[in-house]
Amino acid sequence: MNSEVFWMIIGMGIATYIPRLLPFVLFKGKEMPSFLQGVLKNIPFATLGALIFPGILFIQDDISFGLLGAAAAFLIAYLGANVIVVVLGAIAVLSVYSVFI
Amino acid sequence: MAVTAVEGEAPQFKQGLQAGVSIAIGYAPIALTYGLLAKTTGLTMAETVMMSLVVFAGASQYIALNLLALGTSTFEIILTTFIVNIRHFLMSTALNEKSDEADGLFKKSAYAFGITDETFSVAATKPGVVTAGYMIGLNLMAYASWVVCSGLGHLFGASLPETLQESMSVALYAMFIGLLVPSMKGAKKVIYLAVVAACFNSIFTITEALSSGWSIVLSTLISSFLIEFIEYVKLGKKGGGSNE
Repeated sequence: MNSEVFWMIIGMGIATYIPRLLPFVLFKGKEMPSFLQGVLKNIPFATLGALIFPGILFIQDDISFGLLGAAAAFLIAYLGANVIVVVLGAIAVLSVYSVFI
Repeated sequence: MAVTAVEGEAPQFKQGLQAGVSIAIGYAPIALTYGLLAKTTGLTMAETVMMSLVVFAGASQYIALNLLALGTSTFEIILTTFIVNIRHFLMSTALNEKSDEADGLFKKSAYAFGITDETFSVAATKPGVVTAGYMIGLNLMAYASWVVCSGLGHLFGASLPETLQESMSVALYAMFIGLLVPSMKGAKKVIYLAVVAACFNSIFTITEALSSGWSIVLSTLISSFLIEFIEYVKLGKKGGGSNE
C-alpha cells in the first residue's frame, strides 16, 4: 500500500471520528437548560428535512425521477408501511418508470 | 460485556440489526459506486476497503477520491473531510440527549464511530432511549454493507445493470422519508421543522452560498432554534391569556 494514501486514510478517519465522539465526552452527565433540550429534540426532524431536500431532486439529471421517487416514498410511508417497504417500494416504482422512458 | 448484560442487551442488539436493514439496502449502490470510482482513481483493493473501514462516511470518501484525482495535498483532503463531517457533531449532541444513562463513555465512544446521517436518523426517530446494544447492532449492519459493497464495487461495479443502479439511487432518500412521515402524522411541529430546514437548505444549496456540509448544519440549526423559539413565545403568550 502506498504510504501517503495510508496516512491520508488514517487522517481522514481521525477527522471523521472527532466530531462524532466529542459531544459524548463534552456533555456527559450535564443537564442542559430546557430551551436547549427542546432545540436538540428538534434536530432529528430538521436534519431529515435538510437531508431530503433538495438532494432528492438531483439523484438523476432528470428532476422528474427524483420527484416521482419522493412522491412514491411519501405515499407509501403515509399509508403506514414499514421503512424497508418504503425503500423497496420507491425503488420498484422508479425501476418501472425507467423502463418506460 | 455480553455476560454482564445478557438480559437487556441481546434483544436490543437484535432490534438494532433489524433497524439497520433499510440502511444496508440504501448503502449498497452508493458503496458499489464508491468502489468503482476508487478503482478508476487508481486506489488498490486494499486502500479502497481500508478507507471504508476507517472512515465510514460516504460523502467524505467521494470527495477524497475527487480531490485525489485533482492532485490535492493530503492535508487539504483531511481538512475537507473534517469540515464535511462537522454536522455529525450536531447529530451526536442530539443523540447524547437520548442515550441510555447506564451506558458508560467507553460504550458510547464505540458506537460514536458508527454515527452517520442514516444511523443517526434511524436512532433519533426511534421512540424512547437509545441503548449501546441497539446502536452497535444498527451500526454493525450499516457498516457491514458499506465495507463489503465497497470491495464488491472495486471488484465488479461496472457490470451492474444501469437501470437498477439508477433506481437504487433513491433508496436512502426514501428511507429518510419513511422515517420522517410517521413522526409528521403525530405533530405539526415536526412538519414545520422539516419544511423550514428543507427550504433553507434549498436556498443555500441552489444559490451555492454554502458547501453542502455547512448548508445542512446551518439549515438544521436555524430551523431547530426558530421553531423552538416561536413555540416558546406562543406558549408564553398563552399563559398571559392571549389567544395567538
